[in-house]
Order: sequence, then structure tokens, then C-alpha cells
Amino acid sequence: MSLLAFCHWLENTPGSVALHESIWVYPIVESVHVLTLCVFLGLTLMLDLRLLGAVLQSTPVSQILRRFMPWTVAGFAVMVVSGALLFYAIPVKTYLNIFFRFKVAFLLIAGLNVSIFQATAARTLARWDLDAMPPLGARLAGGLSLALWAAIVVCGRMIAYNWFDQQTALVP
Amino acid sequence: MSLLTFFTWCESSAIGESIRDSRWLFPVIESLHLLGLAVIGGSVLVVNLSLLGLGLGRRSVTQLWHDVQPWFAGSLAVMLASGFLLFTSEAVKLYYHEAFWVKMTALFLSIVFTSTVQRRTALAGPDDVSTMRSRAVGAISMLLWTLVGVGGRWIGFS
Repeated sequence: MSLLAFCHWLENTPGSVALHESIWVYPIVESVHVLTLCVFLGLTLMLDLRLLGAVLQSTPVSQILRRFMPWTVAGFAVMVVSGALLFYAIPVKTYLNIFFRFKVAFLLIAGLNVSIFQATAARTLARWDLDAMPPLGARLAGGLSLALWAAIVVCGRMIAYNWFDQQTALVP
Repeated sequence: MSLLTFFTWCESSAIGESIRDSRWLFPVIESLHLLGLAVIGGSVLVVNLSLLGLGLGRRSVTQLWHDVQPWFAGSLAVMLASGFLLFTSEAVKLYYHEAFWVKMTALFLSIVFTSTVQRRTALAGPDDVSTMRSRAVGAISMLLWTLVGVGGRWIGFS
């Protein structure tokens, strides 16, 4: 089954139809997705900026990680669940949307960026934990994360527009 | 000049008109507004979590306040500027939209509260502020800023 066929199947499930046609639930899920941005992305940006040596320079990186990570992870969980529900409500149109595809790609790269950070610079954290200006590897991870998340936010907002998905008309 | 006259003037201004007539200006400015939201959300949350005794804890609030101040002020400026541009494109509609007034009231209260009560609490240092007061200030600030966000999101549903 192709991804598109899967999206067509998903779109006809009762849950998807109900969510799509709901008067209140869809806008509430969407609002939760947008406002949880403050929690998840707000705290992620603070960590990224700390890795760049741009904020909270006198706070050890390990302390920021330890104290804020539970909130960041909780925010991320809400983002994933609400985001999945938004996709579930409108699968085919979203799947065909160019901005959605870019968003997914950037999300995967952001995930990769975290893994690389954890496998490299984070391993030596004890050595630069107190540094106001972390080493190049950490700064790269922070800067890349900032750029990727900015792109993810913009793409996410643009999913509302179908400027580039003319192929929708060709789909049976 | 009445408020409605001012709103009408904003909407018919060259700025309001070009944003309304452009296909991409509104979403681009709105994206900027969202990026500002993430930064302002982060800086408000870092201070408030700590005031509430979570995050980095009450003892670090004074330092945190100084550290995030430029980011808070910068993102607030971006929010106000981009928000004003969005406003000009549909000012008259917003005049009749209750969510807009809820948001503006909450925004005014948030800014006043942050720059007076919260500022004094944060700068006083943990030993001069009771746990109770610190928690209350953190909770009120969270409530007010959340109301600004919810009001803002609600403007979009009309």
C-alpha cells in the first residue's frame, strides 16, 4: 500500500471524519498545538541559545538540561500527539502539501542533530559544563537546532496554504 | 478621534492595504509572530517556572531575570511590531471581535504586571521574598501570558 493510499484509507476512518467535521475539537487541538510551542520550543530555544553562549552563561549546561528537560519532553509529547491528531483529521491534503513534507524532513534532521550532539559534544559535557562559551561542536548543534526549528515553525504555519499542491486535483 | 475611526484609518492605510492584497505577506508576518512567540514563551517560562520553585529554583530567579531580559524585551518588540502589522490588515474586523479585546487587555495587564510586581519580586532576591509571594507572582504571570496566547489564537477563529 502506498503512503497516499494509506492516507486515503485513514481519511475514511470514522475517527478522522469525526475530527475533521467537529466544530470545537479540531480548533482546540490546533490551539493546543500552537500554544504548546511556547513550552516545547521556548525551552528548546533557551537550551540552544545556552549552547551558543548567548543566554544563561553563568548557569551550567547540565543544570539547564536536568531542570528543564522534563518540561521540554512533556511539551514535545503534547506537540507530537496534537500534531498527529491534526494530520489524522486531514491526511490526504496534508500529505500532498509541500510545506508538510518539508516540515517532516526538517523534523527528521532536527532529530538527527540531537543524536549527533548526544554522541559527540554531550559526551564531554563535564569538561565544558561551566564554560560561558561552549566548544564548537556544541555551538554547531545549538545553531543548527535554532535554524531547523525556525524552518519547522514557518513550514508548519504554511501547511494552511495549498499554494504548491496542484496535484491534489489529479488524485482520484 | 474615536477608536473605531483610528482602526478604520489603520485598515485603509497603505500598509494595511498591501498586507491585505498580498498573498504571502500575511502568512510571512504571522510566521515571524510565531517565532517571536517561541522566544517570548521560553523567556517567560524560564523565569516563571523558577519563581514557582520548579525549573532552576527560586534562588536563581534574580540571575535568570537579568539573563533573559534582552531576549524577553527583543521578542516582545518583534511580537508588538509584527502584531501591529497583522492588525492593520484587518483592524475593523478586530474592532468587533471580542477575542481581540480579551487579548489586548491581557497583554496590557501582562506587561504592567511583569514590569512592576514581577520585576520587583525577581530582583528582590529569594531571602526577601516569601515562598508564597514568589509562587503567587509566578502563577499570576503564567495565567496572564496564557490568556494573551489563547486570545491570540482565538482571533484566528472567526
